Amino acid sequence: MQNVSMNAMPRDAEFFPEGVTRCSLQKFLIMMGVSLVIFLWGCYAAYCILAVGLEGTGMNNHFAFGAWITFDLAVIALGAGAFFTGFLRYILNIKELDKIINLTVVLGFACYTGALIVLVLEIGQPLRAWFVFWHANIHSMLTEVVFCITIYTIVLIIEYLPLILGNRVLNRNKFLHSLGHNLHIVMPVFAGVGAFLSTFHQGSLGGISGVMFGRAFFYRDGFFIWPWTFFLFVISAAGSGPMFTVLIGTLMEKVTGKKLIPMEVKLLMGKISGTIMIIYAVLNSMSALWWANGLLPRFGLTFSQMFHGFYFGQYIFWFELSAFIPAIILLTPKWRANTTLLYLSGIWLVLIVSLNRYVQVIQGQAFPAMPFQNWEFYAPTWIEWSTCLMVVPYVVMLLGLTYRYLPLFPYEKELN
Amino acid sequence: MASGPVELKIRWGMVIDVDKCTGCGACMTACQAENNVGLEENFSKEHRAISWIKVRKLDNGKSFPDYDEVYMPQPCMQCQNPPCVPVCPVVATEKGVEDGGFVSQIAPRCIGCRYCMVACPYESRAFNWHDPVWPEGMEKTLTPNTSTRMRGVVEKCTYCHHRYTAARAKAYEEGRDPNELGEDEYIPACVEKCPSGALYFGDLNNPEHTVYTLSHSENAFRLLEKIGAEPQLYYISERDWVQKMADYHLELKRKG
Repeated sequence: MQNVSMNAMPRDAEFFPEGVTRCSLQKFLIMMGVSLVIFLWGCYAAYCILAVGLEGTGMNNHFAFGAWITFDLAVIALGAGAFFTGFLRYILNIKELDKIINLTVVLGFACYTGALIVLVLEIGQPLRAWFVFWHANIHSMLTEVVFCITIYTIVLIIEYLPLILGNRVLNRNKFLHSLGHNLHIVMPVFAGVGAFLSTFHQGSLGGISGVMFGRAFFYRDGFFIWPWTFFLFVISAAGSGPMFTVLIGTLMEKVTGKKLIPMEVKLLMGKISGTIMIIYAVLNSMSALWWANGLLPRFGLTFSQMFHGFYFGQYIFWFELSAFIPAIILLTPKWRANTTLLYLSGIWLVLIVSLNRYVQVIQGQAFPAMPFQNWEFYAPTWIEWSTCLMVVPYVVMLLGLTYRYLPLFPYEKELN
Repeated sequence: MASGPVELKIRWGMVIDVDKCTGCGACMTACQAENNVGLEENFSKEHRAISWIKVRKLDNGKSFPDYDEVYMPQPCMQCQNPPCVPVCPVVATEKGVEDGGFVSQIAPRCIGCRYCMVACPYESRAFNWHDPVWPEGMEKTLTPNTSTRMRGVVEKCTYCHHRYTAARAKAYEEGRDPNELGEDEYIPACVEKCPSGALYFGDLNNPEHTVYTLSHSENAFRLLEKIGAEPQLYYISERDWVQKMADYHLELKRKG
């Protein structure tokens, strides 16, 4: 009987985590192959940029930032589940989060490395990227971003390592087994470092727009040296990241047809997101109120002048302020327990944060900085779309490989 | 976040009389030739073309016979409190505190992140979206005074800084104080070539220079005064609507 079941197992079953089943190798390779083709298409678009420069983009001297920066800001915010959940698990010692912590790390790693790939394309002279470390301008928010993102990616690799070493075959090696075990023990240190770094670069990403005192649309004065957007970006990332992780985990459950994350953990993540996002909703409303009634008049502008047409319409502003609704749903036990409302609230928060990044990059540039100018429009080219979208198959391949061969969900065996 | 304007002993600056400007574009051409600015194959891509000085056309938005228009040349403002400088992650752009207050741009240092371009509300900066190209024969017009820039970096007006360096060197050779240059000893190419004499240049801090007097005239104004960038470039116009169009005033309806 045992022989029959062994024969039915995929050929790479030896590498699977203990006691779990996976789809056939053929099916898995087809999925990976499709993802790889899409990824390679993105690589071709990246080659077009690296070979001839940024001429193939939709950007110009008016729109110096475009889809790439917007994408980077959004992806890094949504990948923030890694740092914030790590902080809650290892620093505040919320043990239930053990059941999802691996997914947050892998997702964070995928988001951050994906953003770094796009960032390399974004700068006109990628071979000079190291100048930021060598000729660092400590006053620039971008310097802080590059330093923190690079170091935090290294921290994420270290956090990912015990998971890789947890592979059944690798774990047979005594040294690797001990290394993985000891890394687990020191993980709170890296979680602490990660939380510190991530807080600062999430903030600095917000600061990028907030410090631009020449552009009233972006500028946000601030608290000592930090503009308000510094704090709003940290809080919104910490609030949306956990629910984004839940959504991806749920999507994986749908794809694999298995129960991977206990419902109580999803609800806990929802409660965490709701708590943070209600704080964000209050602070964001205060910031918007002060911006509309204090800062803009100081620059001779009115609130209604900040919006134009469909792509830069006022409805986006009000949608951003609607964070109260999903936050309240997630904070109310009865509503949170309804899975449809739980997931809808998660999607709502992801949209709010992504649109906020769009506004903070694109709309601010579209606004005529000088009174005799007109609103400008920007449309990304296929190169920009392809290089952004290639991060999706990249994440699919990374999650697919990790799920198949590594103990991504430590309670999978018990749940199924 | 604005750290405030820097104190400058010498403040090289420009005054542009928009009432005199005919919009001929000689300043743009002179600048292009003087500073080896790369050419755009298709100049209909206005936002892709590199021009260190743009001539904007403004009108009062009225119909004939009340219609009125002016041309407004716009080089870099060389702000005393430049929004572009603190944002650069690699110190590729600096405010020259000791040499007259120019905002420099170091192309070999620039990584092409374009943060400075977004931070500058005057759109004084341009990016090299592709390798600079000069049609066959045009490369003979290149001057040895200004390095050409490569693709993937930002460039901007420097008030022909190489001319300033040359004027200082000459004064030094003649045994004079290079910090006390005469008004006509150093002028940028755009000012020199303006046929209608609409552009003036000099030390805005020196009462003996014309720009000092002009910048203190009642018709002098600067673009976007409210943001506090303190441009070292003043405009002059007797037309009220032009002065009003230099900044947002809450009640102003945009024109042009």
